[in-house]
Amino acid sequence: MPLTAITNSTYTDPRQRQLFKNIIYLGALSALLEIDPKVIEQLIGEQYKGKEKLLSSNVHALHLGRDWALKNLKCPIGLRIRKSDKVGDRIFIEGNSAAALGAVYGGATVCAWYPITPSSSLADAFTAHCRRLRHDPETKKAKYAIIQGEDELASIGIVIGAAWNGARAFTATSGPGISLMQEFIGLSYFAEIPAVIMDVQRAGPSTGMPTRTQQCDVMSAAYASHGDTKHVLLFPEDPAEAFEFAAQAFDLADRLQTTIFLMLDLDIGMNHRLSRPLRWDENKQYDRGKVMTAEMLESGKEFGRYLDVDGDGIPFRTYPGTHPTKGSYFTRGTSRDRYARYTEDGPAYADNMQRLLRKFETAKDLVPRPLQANAGKPTKYGVIYYGSTAPAMDEAIGMLEARGHQLDRLRIRAFPFHSSVASFIADHDFVYVVEQNRDAQMRSLIVNENGIDPVRLVPILHYDGTPITARFIAGAIGGHLDQLKVTPLRKAVS
Amino acid sequence: MTYIAKPKFHHPGLPKNDLGYTHRDYEGKISTLCAGCGHDSITAAIIEACFELSIEPHRVAKISGIGCSSKTPDYFLGNSHGFNSVHGRMPSVLTGANLANRDLIYLGVSGDGDSASIGFGQFAHSIRRGVNMTYIVENNGVYGLTKGQFSATADRGSKSKRGVTNSDNAIDLVAIALQLGASFVARSFSGDKTQLVPLIEAAIKHQGASFIDVISPCVAFNNHTGSTKSFDYVREHNETVNRLDVITGRAPITVDYAPGTVQVVEQHDGTRLALRKLDADYDVHDRLAAMAFLQKHAAKGQVVTGLLYVDPEAEDLHAHLNTVEAPLNALEAKDLCPGQDALEKINAALR
Repeated sequence: MPLTAITNSTYTDPRQRQLFKNIIYLGALSALLEIDPKVIEQLIGEQYKGKEKLLSSNVHALHLGRDWALKNLKCPIGLRIRKSDKVGDRIFIEGNSAAALGAVYGGATVCAWYPITPSSSLADAFTAHCRRLRHDPETKKAKYAIIQGEDELASIGIVIGAAWNGARAFTATSGPGISLMQEFIGLSYFAEIPAVIMDVQRAGPSTGMPTRTQQCDVMSAAYASHGDTKHVLLFPEDPAEAFEFAAQAFDLADRLQTTIFLMLDLDIGMNHRLSRPLRWDENKQYDRGKVMTAEMLESGKEFGRYLDVDGDGIPFRTYPGTHPTKGSYFTRGTSRDRYARYTEDGPAYADNMQRLLRKFETAKDLVPRPLQANAGKPTKYGVIYYGSTAPAMDEAIGMLEARGHQLDRLRIRAFPFHSSVASFIADHDFVYVVEQNRDAQMRSLIVNENGIDPVRLVPILHYDGTPITARFIAGAIGGHLDQLKVTPLRKAVS
Repeated sequence: MTYIAKPKFHHPGLPKNDLGYTHRDYEGKISTLCAGCGHDSITAAIIEACFELSIEPHRVAKISGIGCSSKTPDYFLGNSHGFNSVHGRMPSVLTGANLANRDLIYLGVSGDGDSASIGFGQFAHSIRRGVNMTYIVENNGVYGLTKGQFSATADRGSKSKRGVTNSDNAIDLVAIALQLGASFVARSFSGDKTQLVPLIEAAIKHQGASFIDVISPCVAFNNHTGSTKSFDYVREHNETVNRLDVITGRAPITVDYAPGTVQVVEQHDGTRLALRKLDADYDVHDRLAAMAFLQKHAAKGQVVTGLLYVDPEAEDLHAHLNTVEAPLNALEAKDLCPGQDALEKINAALR
């Protein structure tokens, strides 16, 4: 299609000659694919509402292309675009933007980050959302602070400093960033400082495939840092859940006083997805966790920074500057007693480590629970999956059912695992664990944390950097199930 | 780090400051550093400065990295929150803390290993961002906790306790701070309390990134002949450009100075710094000249001390970010959450 010739003969302004090419092309497509031009006109109308001049010139260009195609090409070509309303009230959004919006709604005031694909657009989106939603209407001043750090170490350091001082803070990064943040993540765990890390996973190891997707940071996030550590991970399936979990991550970080990972991946984060609309419960209050105020200290309440007063492993903290004489303490990454005093006393150290384990137990009931969906008929087989695998999994279940395979499914939404994960596995002979990495990291985590016999968990792994497909899942699981159905020859003969 | 608590009783006649606090209210736990350590003198100077300025101790946040120097925040301001973070990362933790609550006073305590080696990058970036803080490096040129290795501030040609000569060039943190735009830059000596205390006071009052490099001899590993960070060497080579008095409030300057020798610098908050010039040509407002002056004297083996540069009109990171006056950590859901109506509009725009 001679676009340049058409625009040159129609427009004199060089800018217009360039600008209208795509609309002219769209017009031609509408003739070739039998798209009702009225629908496109309506969309242009929405786009240029209030700018009538632009509206009419665009509509003109649309018909220019359409008329040219009708005159010069064989229309239609046979491929048709049909009008459909299956989208309903769903929205079209990237997970990174939704997670960033979740941070705004969740009350994050400090964001420190270092550019890295595929997470940069999350921090950029947070900046854009804040510019629109977080300026004081009168003074125009910002109710947030965003720092582009000099590296990932500084970014997580800023987050931990801010959270130590009572602000909700987060960073956005990807696998290599998680590697760099290890030492600080351990500090957050051991000194019990809230932090939220949004990890938009990409294919590793090392620089790997920076623009391809994987779920390959599960292990490195779950056990990040030296020494005995464990961290809370959240696995949203789509942008809507990314929004909800991002907001919830700040409540969990404050409640549990530790690092919370929001485990996104490139597929959720950077690809536009159809998603149910975002919702916010107006009655929801932020859970700022156990923070002792000046009034509480004044009333004589005992303060021990690492004292397990409620038996849930979660101690009270104070913000710096709270009270002139009560509640101050020295935060450190070295071991300490229940009153934050330095000690290398073995029992005191072990006491603290045990309390941290109790806290992790508490976390199991605070994080989003796994969602179970049972097959239409009773079955011995189950499937576990998480994150961006969800849409392909839903489709694969249908494909497998058509082949006569029934599967119960469990979508894991967080680590530490709720007790229902172990019982789901116990209820089935075989459970497939579908994930997007080479080493079956979630399977390893389940085996390790629940003492499950690995033989019962069959890994279904997709890790070439492209998003997992229903065809792949159905093929891999179906193939395995077909093998199980084969009757051994000797048995069949006798 | 110590677990020995100091006794609470004190002499009833101890002098009190404007808040009615005595020095004891600014002290911390008993130091576990070596007897005679320069760092303990800096601790004492910090206590004196905070007492003199009548700062409420709990309004200070003390943040450090790892090392001998970084242990010291436990030894002063026992009613302040302290944060002994990770090696070389004090600047980022302090930056975050400052962003969360702009109303507190931020005291960053670091060492030469912490700031010139492992944390060189964080040191540089916190300075260039203009974080409102007092950044003190307790500079002894060696790693004390690991028994005397050279740090990056050790001068080329200086000798270790075991007789090894340092062949690497030294990093001068003061020169770097000047280059990176620190709006308050000073160098002092732990053995010169009369110089150090007012410098710390002025740095705390300064509304921007204040940096003080304090040469603080390590009595265990770097106080021998051949070291350029020993008590003797610094005393012999100290080139002091000025002496400072900090005047808070509206009190007139009553001290008698010879005409032409005093320069008064008024800072943002009204604090006045009366500078007694010891080098008549030295101008504390001239960044470029300060850098040249430092280089010239360093080449002669001299250690330039005093207030080296100040920009009284400095702006801090919060000004750059245009943040609200209220501390960010005090904002609640009603200030921060845009609500369902705003979300409906966002949803509509995404269909």
